Amino acid sequence: MLSGTGMSEENSDNLDSLPLDAWHREQGGRMVPFAGYEMPIQYAGIVAEHEWTRTQAGLFDVSHMGQLLISGPDLDAAVEAVLPIDLSTLKLGRQRYSLLLDENGGVLDDLMVSRWPRHLYLVVNGATKWDDIGHLREYLPDEITLQHLEDRALLALQGPKAADALARHVEGEYELSALTFMRFGKFTIAGHDVTIARAGYTGEDGFEISLPGTAAEEIATLLCGEPEVKPVGLGARDSLRLEAGLPLYGHDLSPETSPIEAGLIFGINKRRRTEGGFPGAARIRREIAEGTSRRWVGLKLDGRMPAREGAEIFAGKQKVGRVTSGGFSPTLGHPIAMAYVDVAHAEHGVALEIEVRSRRLPATVVPIPFVPHRYYRGS
Amino acid sequence: MARYFTDEHEWIDVEGDTATVGITDYAQEQLGDIVFVELPEVGAVIDKGGDAAVVESVKAASDVYAPIGGEVMEANAALEDDPALVNTSPEEDGWFFKMTIGDKSEFEGLMDGKAYKSFVDGL
Repeated sequence: MLSGTGMSEENSDNLDSLPLDAWHREQGGRMVPFAGYEMPIQYAGIVAEHEWTRTQAGLFDVSHMGQLLISGPDLDAAVEAVLPIDLSTLKLGRQRYSLLLDENGGVLDDLMVSRWPRHLYLVVNGATKWDDIGHLREYLPDEITLQHLEDRALLALQGPKAADALARHVEGEYELSALTFMRFGKFTIAGHDVTIARAGYTGEDGFEISLPGTAAEEIATLLCGEPEVKPVGLGARDSLRLEAGLPLYGHDLSPETSPIEAGLIFGINKRRRTEGGFPGAARIRREIAEGTSRRWVGLKLDGRMPAREGAEIFAGKQKVGRVTSGGFSPTLGHPIAMAYVDVAHAEHGVALEIEVRSRRLPATVVPIPFVPHRYYRGS
Repeated sequence: MARYFTDEHEWIDVEGDTATVGITDYAQEQLGDIVFVELPEVGAVIDKGGDAAVVESVKAASDVYAPIGGEVMEANAALEDDPALVNTSPEEDGWFFKMTIGDKSEFEGLMDGKAYKSFVDGL
C-alpha cells in the first residue's frame, strides 16, 4: 500500500546531497527525492510541524533553490527584457515577486528579485533552476554576468516567533526589526556573512537566510537551539503554503498557465503592462484587456475527504475545472484545494462538485488565502 | 486467533469464519498523519489483492488492498470521527473492516508476525 504514497515525486537515480544532508538525518528527518536532491519530507510529523510553524517558528532547508547574482552594464534594461518587472521602482534593499515567461506568456518559473548594490539577486525554484539559467543566459546580453551561487545554502525561519529567535543571533549595521516584509539586509550570524530577507512561503512572518554552505550546519544547529525553533520538512511546507493560497510551480503554474488566470497580475508591474517589451507581453496585455476563460480559485470542501491534484471539477454534468493543489488543512480541520475553474463558475460562493474516485465531493469557491497572512509590515 | 501480514503492510486477524483487516504500525508511521479513511461498503464483495480502502494522509492518498477475498461485514465507524486512531492504535482500535473468509487457501503466502518483522527490518 505504500507504493502510492506520493511522498516522492521522482525516482531516486543520480540524486545530489545538500549541505545539511547529514544534519537532517541526525534530526530524524525522513529523506525523499525532491528537485534532484534528497530532502527531508518530515521530522516529528507533518501536522505537528505545521502547527509548530503557525504558533512558534519552523526552520526549513530550502538550499535546493537556485540563488543567482546578475551584474553588468545597463543591468536594469537587460533584465527588464527578460522579466515583466519594473526595476525603476525596486530600491536597494527591496525584494519583489516576478515571473519568468515564455514567448506565449506561459509561466516558466516564479521567482524573487532583490536589489543588491550593483547586482540583482534572484531566488528561483530548485526543480527549474538549470532551465532558468539556460533561459536567462540565452536572453541576457553577453556582457551581463550571471553567477550561480552554488556554494550558498538557503534557510527559511518562519512563524510568529521567528523574529524573536533570529534577533538573538544577528548582528549588523541596523536591527533585524528594521526589516519589514519584502526587505532584505546584510548581517552576520556567528561571524558568518549572511543576507536576510523578510519573506517566505508559509503566510507567516519570517525570514529567508542566504548563508555559506560551509556554515549551514553551525547556523541550523544554533537556530534550533532556540526554544521556539524546530526543523520543519517539505510536507508541512506544502500544507502551509496551500493554506496561504500561494502557488507551487509545476503544479499550480506551468507553461500551460498564464499569470493573469493565476491571479498573479501583481507580478507584471504596472509600467510593464502598458509598455510591454517582455516575453509573452502580447498575450498578457490581451488577457488584461479582455479577461481569461478560467481563473485560479480556492475551494473549501465539505466532509473530510481531500481532493488532490488532477481531480476534475463539475457544475452539474458540465466539467468546469481541475484541481492543481489539494489537501487537508491542519489549521482549518477540513480539506481545501486550489483549482483552475471556468470564469462562469469562479465567483466566491459558487457551489461545485469535485470528482474523487468516482464520488462527487461538494465544494464551494472561497477567497484565498484560506488562512490569513501575518506578514510584518512595520509597527 | 491467528494474525497474518501482507507485504503491502496490512494485517489480518482470523477468528472462526471472520477476518479483521487493518494496516500495520510500520505503515501508519510511513504514511504520517492520517486525516481520512475511505472504507468499503458493507456487503461489498472484494477479491484478494483488489482495492478495499483508501487512506488519506496530509500528503497523499494510498490504496489498501484486500489481503484475501470475501464479503465486507462491517466497517469501523470510529474512523469516521477519528481517523487518527489509525496512527495511535493501528493494530487494535484503528482496524478498518471485518470480512467473511472466502477461501482459506488464500492465507498461504501471507506472513506471520515474526516473518513480517524481519521483512520490515529488511526495508
